[in-house]
Amino acid sequence: MKTNFRTYYLYLLLFFLAGVIIIPLYVSVIGGFKHTGELRTNSLGLPIDWKFENYTSLLANSDFWLFLWNSTVYAVGTTFFVVLFASMTAFVFAHVKFVANKFLYNYFLLGLMFPFATAILPLFLRVRDFGLLGTSWAVIIPQIAFGLGFSIILFRGFFRQMPKEIFEAAVCDGCSYTQFYFRFTLPLSTPILATVSVITLTGSWNNYLLPLIMINDESLYSWPMGIMVFRGEYFTDWGKILAYVSLTLVPAVVFFFALQKYIVAGLTGGAVKE
Amino acid sequence: MRSPKLDALLSRYYTIIIFLIPALTIFTLFVVLPIGEAAYYSFFRWNGYGAPEKFVGFKNYEFLFKNRVFIMSLKNNFYIIAISLFVQLPFALLIALMISDKLRGAAFFRTVFFLPFILAEIVTALIWAYIYDGNYGLVAAIWGFFGAEAPFVLGDKDWALVAILIVIFWKFFGIHMMIYIAGLQAISKEVLEAAKVDGAGPITTAFRIKIPMLIPTIKLSVFLSLLGSLQLFDIIMPLTGGGPSNVTHSMVSYLYYFGVMRMKVGFGSAVGVVIFLICLFIAIGYQRTLMRDDNENKF
Repeated sequence: MKTNFRTYYLYLLLFFLAGVIIIPLYVSVIGGFKHTGELRTNSLGLPIDWKFENYTSLLANSDFWLFLWNSTVYAVGTTFFVVLFASMTAFVFAHVKFVANKFLYNYFLLGLMFPFATAILPLFLRVRDFGLLGTSWAVIIPQIAFGLGFSIILFRGFFRQMPKEIFEAAVCDGCSYTQFYFRFTLPLSTPILATVSVITLTGSWNNYLLPLIMINDESLYSWPMGIMVFRGEYFTDWGKILAYVSLTLVPAVVFFFALQKYIVAGLTGGAVKE
Repeated sequence: MRSPKLDALLSRYYTIIIFLIPALTIFTLFVVLPIGEAAYYSFFRWNGYGAPEKFVGFKNYEFLFKNRVFIMSLKNNFYIIAISLFVQLPFALLIALMISDKLRGAAFFRTVFFLPFILAEIVTALIWAYIYDGNYGLVAAIWGFFGAEAPFVLGDKDWALVAILIVIFWKFFGIHMMIYIAGLQAISKEVLEAAKVDGAGPITTAFRIKIPMLIPTIKLSVFLSLLGSLQLFDIIMPLTGGGPSNVTHSMVSYLYYFGVMRMKVGFGSAVGVVIFLICLFIAIGYQRTLMRDDNENKF
């Protein structure tokens, strides 16, 4: 009897909490279908008069697609180089013995604890002095640099758990390190490749501060910058803003459900070993 | 003919150089050097053009610690840390303990609670800017239901920060819950079985076995929470932009408004260095316990 009672309150709490999470998301998606007047009087219920225009006008807006495209370029570019460079580095740390190994690993590890904000002004000046302003590289290169540390940790941890026997056998057969990296390490590492890719992709996709600093040219805006401009234009026209929010929210949720496993593995797998 | 041993040696050096150079170069140029430069520039008054010439010593720092808005932003960051550590994390732990057991629907609740974490911070903040809007949002609807005039919480000096803290809680408690659940799943079944045989109830098990065994996990989540709190920016921009009357700035949004937007490289760098020093202070405290390499002696 007592346990039943406890379970009852437990579910009450959990459902209440789930409501607190879901209701804001629900009213946002549904709000995009409402007229401004209806938003005022009926924010919780389904729209009485469905208004599709907020969504359709956005989908027909070329800037909307341009910003999504730019963010895709930043995310894919960053991810490609982070995965390549971080896995190469981690491979050396995991398999090649040399004097400065430990020292260099710690060098990358320390970088992990440095707040990005500290470096932001000098970083901007460096990017400017290299002549990268006005190109996608202004966003991609700093994102690679700040993405390396954590990715190297994840890769190294994974590579070290691979059976040593494969490596020794391959070396005996005259396989060089480079060949081994491409023929054995990478093909055998799909779980960690997926994890690092997913983390890097989402990090870049959602990044706001870095593009905000680096990008001046509207044709290179990322979608979070675009959404803020949009918010500035239609300050209280919530229907339009909520439609924009929903259109970016839905792909994120789908992406998450498809790749949940890797996201969670990346967030917890890196350090919870003990 | 070269000996195979020499070949192997050459191959090793070749690999070290080719494989390490890209990451080392980019990391050094775009992470390590800029942080060093920030420390250097913070002693100058400089707009970023030409060479920094106007050396001002500690003037930037002096100004900073006499500046009411900066002190406020520092305080705000500490409020955020305090709420995260003493309210959000214990709550996340509680929920994790509740739904890690064989509870029906655990997977559903886990997914729902984790959902806000995957949204972009900008999007989260825009959703809540709508919720808080006194004319249109949910807050307006709830107040309207009771026949009252809804407040504009984000425009209210006393409530704006509370409103931001609620959003932070909403967005981030799920990730900490997830980290704890992963930690709980790593606890061996035998230990829990043994406790059950010895007659330990769920509460005793939680306090005597699960929480003590979770300490490394808790340390990790505390660390992530501290660093995240110190770098908060995206959530503040759409909600208040630091207003009203500059009372809701975080250190990073302060840096953005008063350093980056006005191209005050020296002054902005000084803000950056303060953030860095706080992070460093925390990191040193953690280094021995958290970042310890579990296979120290393999090389």
